[in-house]
Amino acid sequence: MTLTATDLVLDATDVSKAYGAVVALRSASLAVRPGEVHALMGANGAGKSTFVKILTGAVRPDAGRIAVRGRELAAHSPGEARGLGLVSVYQEPSVVPDLDIRSNLRLTDTPVERFRHWLDELGHPQLDLSTIARDVPLASLRIVDLARALAIEPKLLLLDEMTAALPADLTERVLDVIGRQRGGDGSVIFISHRMIEIAAICDRATVLREGVTVGVVDVTERSEERIVQLMLGDIEALPERADGHRAAGARAADTRPRLAVKGLGAGTVLEDVSFDVYAGEVLGVVALEGQGQDELFDILAGSIRRSRGEVAVDGAAVSFRHPADAIRAGVVYIAADRAEALLMQRSVRENVSLPGIAGVGRWGPINLGRERRQVSRAVEMLQIDARAGAEVRRLSGGNQQKVTIARWVTDGVHTMLCFDPTRGIDIRTKTQIYVLLRDLAEAGAAILLYTSELKEIQLVCDRAIVIFGGRVVAEIDANDADEPTLLRAAYNLRADAELPEQAVAEAIASETASVGDEPVASGGPSGGGDAPDPTRVEP
Amino acid sequence: MTAAAGQVTGATPDTAGAVQRLLRRNTWTVGLVVLVAALFVFTKLIQPNYGPTGIQGLAISAAALALAAVAQSIVVISGGIDLSIGAMMAFTNVVAAQAMRGQSEETGVIIAIGVLLLGLCIGTINGALIVFTRVADIIVTLAMSFVWAGCALLVLNVPGGQASKWLTDLAHGSVVTEWLPKPALEVLLIVALTWIPLRRSRLGLSLYAIGSDKLAAFRSGVAVGRTKIASYALAGLFSAIAGLAITANTGIGTPLPGGYTLTSVAAVVLGGVALAGGRGGVFGPIVAVIILALIRTDLTFLNINSNLATVTQGVILIGVVMFGSLAAMRRSRT
Repeated sequence: MTLTATDLVLDATDVSKAYGAVVALRSASLAVRPGEVHALMGANGAGKSTFVKILTGAVRPDAGRIAVRGRELAAHSPGEARGLGLVSVYQEPSVVPDLDIRSNLRLTDTPVERFRHWLDELGHPQLDLSTIARDVPLASLRIVDLARALAIEPKLLLLDEMTAALPADLTERVLDVIGRQRGGDGSVIFISHRMIEIAAICDRATVLREGVTVGVVDVTERSEERIVQLMLGDIEALPERADGHRAAGARAADTRPRLAVKGLGAGTVLEDVSFDVYAGEVLGVVALEGQGQDELFDILAGSIRRSRGEVAVDGAAVSFRHPADAIRAGVVYIAADRAEALLMQRSVRENVSLPGIAGVGRWGPINLGRERRQVSRAVEMLQIDARAGAEVRRLSGGNQQKVTIARWVTDGVHTMLCFDPTRGIDIRTKTQIYVLLRDLAEAGAAILLYTSELKEIQLVCDRAIVIFGGRVVAEIDANDADEPTLLRAAYNLRADAELPEQAVAEAIASETASVGDEPVASGGPSGGGDAPDPTRVEP
Repeated sequence: MTAAAGQVTGATPDTAGAVQRLLRRNTWTVGLVVLVAALFVFTKLIQPNYGPTGIQGLAISAAALALAAVAQSIVVISGGIDLSIGAMMAFTNVVAAQAMRGQSEETGVIIAIGVLLLGLCIGTINGALIVFTRVADIIVTLAMSFVWAGCALLVLNVPGGQASKWLTDLAHGSVVTEWLPKPALEVLLIVALTWIPLRRSRLGLSLYAIGSDKLAAFRSGVAVGRTKIASYALAGLFSAIAGLAITANTGIGTPLPGGYTLTSVAAVVLGGVALAGGRGGVFGPIVAVIILALIRTDLTFLNINSNLATVTQGVILIGVVMFGSLAAMRRSRT
């Protein structure tokens, strides 16, 4: 059982990394044996992506030791990692868009013959190598990226959510090819949000939680439960909800929803999302990273256009072309990234009053007295510590987030979209924001809350929808929305998940059918010009 | 559009297909060449005695700018911009003229080589500053344009110096037929002998790669910083060649940078190089320089006030580029 360090293909021990005050990795370790397919697992924010960046040499760790086949990484550059035999494939293909495929191969010194061989294996034998990468459909480009990596015959292949956005048939092919790597010369680190893929092709799994490696599990039919448990950790005692939980369904059947979304889709990520939010309600949105929630919120906030579906506010169909349209319709947006919303060099007062004074058609002088009164009311209401209020950037993250909320509350909130509003905020401010969201809902606002912290759902929401692969896969009442249930739903697992071997491939196909409906040829953003899709263009 | 479908193209590339693809990929350049031809016809119409002399003059005045446009193209393709090209040209121009004065022809050749190395060096300094200080390209090169312009004035504070005779001979006269001016042939030779091999090299590939998508290039193992420095070094080299072209043309050194920098940006844009990087080549901008020069000539022939001519040039530039993006938009929609 015990292998010496030099027998391991990859041996990373006690790797840590902090970005300023935020600790992304505390003590991550990963040991990959020759010929195995090793899964790296972790919930959102567990430090997985930082770990991957360090392993591939894109980011330098603060401490820790990484050795590939016994040789330690010193320079921490992609070139060095590649030289030691570690090649990575990401969800977004690392193909230079303006070069043709052949030039892209030349850039990475990839032997064309072997590339062709793997392209064949992966079901793309017809690809013309002189096509400019930009013109190749995105799904095919992902396959090109993988074939290129395989053609180098790496000692260690790292697949970072490579299958997340692949159509079902291609996913099957990829899993098949990767599965056949087991027991060969090279090893594979496989990262995926789909438990079913892990079960199908992985030998072992390393689980990260809060920047620490919390366990290594042999993958068997029954290991899923253990992995979920490790990802969650011990569930802490939750603070009590500020108010009594109102019974969902208490609202009258004929009430019109404040915000009604029907069949909403955009590009290839957001497939088909429908839900209603009623006045006085907080609706939670739960999703793993990259399941379409970003696009959903961007559409509702007016930042991007939808490609299909309908949105109605108070029963009237709307089509926002600009965030100003959304704001006028009473739909306001709170982003996770405060820097996205605030003028960092300006004062709290200016930041709070900005939406009020920057409206279209308001070019006249600002009523400073009225502005001051409004701002101080908002500051008081949110208990913003505005001592350093001359420049917003000097406030703490929590206080900054309160400022982004404060700008909307003075005139009463109609509909509020909150995208992970408590990301990177201390616990006390978090609680204040929870209470505030509840208060706003009590006062009649409709609130849509996406959060990466699952325990917030029971604390703040009335019910929650779960999005997976760009579709709503579950709706859960807050009473039942404990973390294991939500996480299981987020991974699209049935409550009694138990999968016989032969059903695995079938289940993968149905799971990924969401992206699989689309013909491969029209998957790319600029490719597939011969099949214009009328539903893509907004009328 | 079968190629766009990715999986359904023929496996046997025939010459006709290759030519077709070459044309499709260089639609913009082909369009520019057609525009040049039309402009020549137009010139001939409004000025029936336009002939070898006119073309000779055109080549002389456009040669330096064409080389500056090549310098700018290389940087822009790599995702940067160089606002110090005019200053580097002035600097190398005065160094060459000042050093060549009173020297023998042989020494003149050595001086010319030295000036080329000087250009390579100052370009490398530009690039290294950008990569190591991480200050934006536009700011570093703007600041360095003052530095190099100042250096030029330190060498010669009034126009002066004297070019070697072999150098001035290069700029005047024609080869084989009086319709082919020497400078035109030389610019084409220089660019063909440097750019075509470069473009096929790993460095050339890397230049396009970092301009197209830095992250993808980085992940593909391209040394992004080193490639960026190389792009500015090449810009310095071509600026030096352009500086020598001015020396050859005027026979002296002039310490003030003309309007070369911004005109080179205009030529690059008109020449079909994406300012965002990664797309285009150097031949489009060279053709664009000819267009800009011809328009200028025609406006003179038409007796238009020279100030108004400048305005017209700007309007034409915007018009052509706008037309191009409209055409590209329509093509991507169908």
